[in-house]
Amino acid sequence: MKYLTTTFTSLVAGALLATAAVAETELTVYTAVEAEDLARYAETFNQSHPDIKINWVRDSTGIITAKLLAERDNPQADVVWGLAATSLLLLKSEGMLEPYAPAGVENLDPKFVDGDTPPAWVGMDAWVAAVCYNTVEAEKAGLTPPTSWKDLTDPMYAGHLIMPNPNSSGTGFLDVSSWLQLFGEEGGWEYMDALHENIARYTHSGSKPCKLAASGEIPIGISFAFRGAKSKAAGAPLEIIVPSEGVGWDMEATAIVAGTANLEAAQTLVDFTVTKEANVMYNTGYAVVAYPGVAQPVEHFPEGLLDAMIDNDFEFAANNRAAILKEWQSRYDGKSEPKS
Amino acid sequence: MAGISDATQMPAGPVVKGKLSRDDILMRGGMMVIALYLIITLALPLYAMLSKSFSTYRVELSQYEFQISDDAGVFDGTILNAEVLNQQTGAIDPAELNTGSDGRLPVTGLFPDFSFRSPVMYQVRNTSDEGRFLVGSTLQDGTDWVTLDSNTFRRVQLRPVKATGFDNFINYFSTPALFNSIKNSLWIAVISTIVTVTLAFWFAYALNRSCMRYKGVFRLIAMAPILVPSLLPGIALVYLFGNQGIAKELLFGASIYGPIGIVIGSIFFTFPHAFMIISTALAISDARLYEAAASLRATRWRTFWTVTIPGARYGLISAAFVVFNLVITDFGLPKVIGGQFNVLAVDIYKQVIGQQNFEMGAVVSVVLVIPAIFAFAIDRLVQSKQVALLSARSVPYQPQPNQRTDLISFIYCAFVGLFIVGILAICQYAALIKFWPYDLSLSLNNYQFDKMDGGGWASYYNSIKLGLFTAVFGTAIVFFGAYLVEKTNGFRTGRALFQMFAMLPMAIPGMVLGLAYIFFFNSPSNPLNVIYGTMAILVICSVTHFYTVSHLTAVTALKQMDREFESVSASLKQPTMKLFSRVTVPVCLPSVLDISIYLFVNAMTTVSAVVFLYSPKTSLASIAVLNMDDAGDIAPAAAMGMMIFYTNAVARIIHLLVSKGVLVRTQAWRTR
Repeated sequence: MKYLTTTFTSLVAGALLATAAVAETELTVYTAVEAEDLARYAETFNQSHPDIKINWVRDSTGIITAKLLAERDNPQADVVWGLAATSLLLLKSEGMLEPYAPAGVENLDPKFVDGDTPPAWVGMDAWVAAVCYNTVEAEKAGLTPPTSWKDLTDPMYAGHLIMPNPNSSGTGFLDVSSWLQLFGEEGGWEYMDALHENIARYTHSGSKPCKLAASGEIPIGISFAFRGAKSKAAGAPLEIIVPSEGVGWDMEATAIVAGTANLEAAQTLVDFTVTKEANVMYNTGYAVVAYPGVAQPVEHFPEGLLDAMIDNDFEFAANNRAAILKEWQSRYDGKSEPKS
Repeated sequence: MAGISDATQMPAGPVVKGKLSRDDILMRGGMMVIALYLIITLALPLYAMLSKSFSTYRVELSQYEFQISDDAGVFDGTILNAEVLNQQTGAIDPAELNTGSDGRLPVTGLFPDFSFRSPVMYQVRNTSDEGRFLVGSTLQDGTDWVTLDSNTFRRVQLRPVKATGFDNFINYFSTPALFNSIKNSLWIAVISTIVTVTLAFWFAYALNRSCMRYKGVFRLIAMAPILVPSLLPGIALVYLFGNQGIAKELLFGASIYGPIGIVIGSIFFTFPHAFMIISTALAISDARLYEAAASLRATRWRTFWTVTIPGARYGLISAAFVVFNLVITDFGLPKVIGGQFNVLAVDIYKQVIGQQNFEMGAVVSVVLVIPAIFAFAIDRLVQSKQVALLSARSVPYQPQPNQRTDLISFIYCAFVGLFIVGILAICQYAALIKFWPYDLSLSLNNYQFDKMDGGGWASYYNSIKLGLFTAVFGTAIVFFGAYLVEKTNGFRTGRALFQMFAMLPMAIPGMVLGLAYIFFFNSPSNPLNVIYGTMAILVICSVTHFYTVSHLTAVTALKQMDREFESVSASLKQPTMKLFSRVTVPVCLPSVLDISIYLFVNAMTTVSAVVFLYSPKTSLASIAVLNMDDAGDIAPAAAMGMMIFYTNAVARIIHLLVSKGVLVRTQAWRTR
């Protein structure tokens, strides 16, 4: 009980302190950006806007999305900065986003901006699917490197392949939705039926397949390019393969939460997120950013990734998400008895 | 005779009723407060979860109306209701109308003549304020007509509204991917139970019935798994039997990811529980029965089946149900090593964290509670009978040295001990390797937790904080509650109800409790929602989750104290609280310390109860193990898991030293 009292007093004290510092506007910003990047983002922003203080609330994509949806009737966040566009589309369809065209939005690649005018969200950077291929283990197993998604259905790869479960991983879902867009509804499911025969198991997270490939636990992991580049930099015998049909991708994006009490400050922040300066900042981790011409190559990143990115239909992905996941689950999760 | 009839005819006097003293009122009040604590932290959240499982989402077709224009784009004013249209066309299967919170339903199927190239215009509206539909991803929740061309009209998606009903359960049982998990969970739990109880029985038998050496060491080793989170053996198995495992040939090509891994890991983490219960059962058996068997010239084999097993049967049954319960409700291990083998506890996690389908998570929780409550009820029934076995005349059994038995016992125990130590050792080894399996040089890189997902070193310190808070507040609440319920005069119904509430947490799996806390404490209408996302909710959740065993320990200790103490203090006009602090607590201090170390160790290792409740600021070491493994950082996960092990080991040693000191100071009266 004593603990509760101390918590309560500290809360009151905190509230008092907050009112004392009236000169500053505080923004509650929800994000799924890596924790190590957040301090840098806030610092860069505060160099030009010292009067706005950012209070980060960070968690993984799924949890932040769930949190935002749970708070639908009583939103706590002012701005969402750095959340998957597919998640933001869910929020948009709940009417939770405040449409706003930030100053300078016309400079961005239109692919990275919501189709409505004014846009409900604007993109920051993309994370792109790729295949992590462990050259050492593949050679031991006598495999040849695949060049396309279709190659992966070759019986040679049976049991040598891992991908994330789309039901729990955003990366897994962008793979599945990209195949449905690339091969068509029917062709996509046929493709996944064939692929399923080769999959050793599905992981919960999107980065794990690549890390498992890096540690030789499996020769081939379907994951995302940035993760592969990081593992390769850490010394793993990896090759990052960009399948020739094109690759799925999702972006991190920014939006204002409808009903925020600090609309002006929120707009200032969103204006900043589309500047060239901000995009240079995103480029440290992401090879593909929304502002054309900014991106410097990231070490170990595969070449030609930008051209391989498919023309992703986010609306299709968001509106069919529930149906796709249900279908996927009944096809592959139901008969997922262990293979001997 | 006359005198008696006279007595019965005497006028009825006033009903004699004991007056409640100030102390009685205080004690009853205290009991109510702790009962209220249990209601708020247990009963209400579970109720919130149950009602969530009946909360459904359904597309109400009658809420939508349409108009269709002619080719020139002119509307003639005919209004079509979606429900009527569907009765005519049958385009939408009624089962499709029941959906999740994220459900969407396209409408073009209702119009057989629809073509997205046609010049026909469409109008659509909601008939009530509750109705919602999307055009693309833009929400329309007004009741005005929205005019759309054919190409845009195909982007219209109807959204469901909230309803109540059994649809979630129907949906659950019509999805093979989901209800298969029931079979999987039961299967895993039964196999693990049989193997663990058998192994633990022979281990306990060897320790109790042989004269082999190093019994103390083996006892210590057998208890070690209690100090680590259940996912640690999963990580060890990856290093032992994974594709790069050092002993993968032992599996003859079978995959460790799946039931094999879950069973081996479950044996590891449930072994100490089974061993403790069976060992107690074997220790209290009566030597006179063995003497009788020997004088009847029964063979050892016959004696074993007619004396040993019946004597330990309650222990065996109890151990079986405890292990069954632990395995079926465990979440960490199948998450790490389960591969594609779905079990109930992981399904809850996948539904809630992966798909944000809280309703389905609640349904799986309800399903998971049923076998857990069943196993728990049988266990309680059996344990209540166990006590009756021990009589005052029993003579403890003393094993006789026998070279062959002792040698076999030793080899067997060494084998089991090697398994337990091996699991821990491989984790520690893997944690110190630079880059498994390509660079086997030693390094401390994996201890740079701040560079990984999962919360870094801060989560480790948070865990220690949580352990200490849980130990201090938990012990205070539990012991005080047990004292009140044990020593309050009268008030039978209240005390019985309290006992029932105190037993309930044991039957509720951690995942279920955690999920119930989200529903209850995260609701905007709950004034207690300020504690959501703080350390306070983690402490409360842990105290409640581990309430039962602590409560039972306290009650057992208090039962040893005669109620005369209360009478004496009352006749000396001393307040009960003075007696409590001056006599009861010091006398029961060993048990109080046992409760606090139990709470500390469990708060350090628990994953299931807190996985839904931690916030970025209150991330925990056990959660960090889970998240680092999830992200593929398996070696750092092993490193953090071993940090938990060492911390708990140190805590246990401190507990041992303090207990010894306390025993000397406060328990001197026990010896003359």
